[in-house]
Amino acid sequence: MTLAAFSFIAIAGAAVQIAASPAPPRNALAPVPEAPPLLAQGEAGPNPGRDPASEPPPEVEPQPDPDEPPRIAGFDVLAGGKLLLTNGVTTVEGSSGGGLARWATIGGRQMAGGIGLSGHATAIELPDYGWRSYGVMLGIGDRVELSYARADFDTRDIGALLGIGQGYTFNLDTFGAKLRMTGDLVYGQTWLPQIAVGIEHKRSRDGALVRALGAADASGTDYTLSATKLLLARSLLVNATLRYTAANELGLLGFGSAAGAGYRLQFEGSLGYQLSRRAVVGAEYRTKPDNLGLGDDDWLDVFAAYSLTDNLTLTAAYVDLGSIATIPGQRGGFLSAQVAF
Amino acid sequence: MLLTLTASAVLMLLQQAPAEGTDWDAEFGVEVKQRDPVTGELPVDPYEQSNANAGARPYDSARLVDDFGGREGIARIAARTVELSEADPRIAAIFASHDTVRLKRTLGEQFCYLLGAGCDYTGRDMRTAHAEMGVTKADMNALVENLQVAMREAGVPFAAQNRLLAKLAPMSREVVMR
Repeated sequence: MTLAAFSFIAIAGAAVQIAASPAPPRNALAPVPEAPPLLAQGEAGPNPGRDPASEPPPEVEPQPDPDEPPRIAGFDVLAGGKLLLTNGVTTVEGSSGGGLARWATIGGRQMAGGIGLSGHATAIELPDYGWRSYGVMLGIGDRVELSYARADFDTRDIGALLGIGQGYTFNLDTFGAKLRMTGDLVYGQTWLPQIAVGIEHKRSRDGALVRALGAADASGTDYTLSATKLLLARSLLVNATLRYTAANELGLLGFGSAAGAGYRLQFEGSLGYQLSRRAVVGAEYRTKPDNLGLGDDDWLDVFAAYSLTDNLTLTAAYVDLGSIATIPGQRGGFLSAQVAF
Repeated sequence: MLLTLTASAVLMLLQQAPAEGTDWDAEFGVEVKQRDPVTGELPVDPYEQSNANAGARPYDSARLVDDFGGREGIARIAARTVELSEADPRIAAIFASHDTVRLKRTLGEQFCYLLGAGCDYTGRDMRTAHAEMGVTKADMNALVENLQVAMREAGVPFAAQNRLLAKLAPMSREVVMR
């Protein structure tokens, strides 16, 4: 009887061992997304004939992390991961860039395989006008940026002067898309910048008025090609953007002219100096066409951007927007807040 | 039935328990690597040592070396970077199965060589050293942030910090595998 009881214990013990044995593989399976891709090393590995038995066992314990970001369709949502400021700030047209110039950067703080979101609000105070804009950006991996921005341009007293009404406000919707073609802002070859192509489709909400002012269309699409690189050895960010556009004052005054002026190639350049992880100062220049003959001037700014937290970046700038709608000397202050995840 | 049960029970009892202190690694042919009694490092397969393995050409600036606190400062920054990364949940798993004693030394040598502080780099080249790790750019960013913390703690001016990063950033081509 004792013997039988003992044998039962022995068998039960063995059974427990057997039952326990599948556990390690389950543990080993869990961290697979973090483990090296075994197939990739076939191409890149130095010794393809290596003995699989010498592979060190996965020592990582699966840790159920309550802070783990949600995954949707295989994308990490709002998981972040970008180095500070490498998503840029937000332009007046709602794209990732400097204050005035579009950059090749992709908005949002996501890395490859992630989805990020960003929102902004910008105010520009000029001697005779007021600009307000706000918008949202969606970043998909290190590849795609989609953006929407609304700009409201208050003509204040000038509205009465121009005969369009005291405080007449022009409104512009901008739908942007940007695709990173190649390169990396920070990594890779020093001479290879991050290069992106994009569009900005803009729709003036003042169709009748902008046509009356001489514009050919109330909506139009800009095409952009941007190259941006952080030259770490000099702590310098350099950007150059070519924009093929017919927009008058970004599109607030419509597109092209009834007289026939149309698309022209324009340039946007930025230089930024990194003072710290969180702070950058710089300057920008942006050329603009003058299709309407209203003295549409090139724009420039001197800016400072600061990441207050990983998610909140403030940008302050002195802007010189030259002449707008025949009224010269439009120099003033630019303030923008960006929240990004 | 009862006979079979009893017989199997007897057989089990007759089985000898393995002796205490059995060398299971030897039983299963597992090669045990012994840490070097002096350096505390695990042995690695032989490879050709060369400063070219450091992945970039060095600076030649006494001031830059000074900004990093000389050779000792550089070694401390490298060790601190590894410590921070071992404790960083984003990338700790990559370091868990590696010889961080050796890594602290070779990383320190690499920084020292690249900054022109006169060390020789004795580690492996970047592609070999990072093979099979599956490092992502996000992992690289985490490491950069830890290095930035280490350099900030050591009082390295930001522009000098970036000069070191400038040497490391292009190596992503050899390091980032996915």
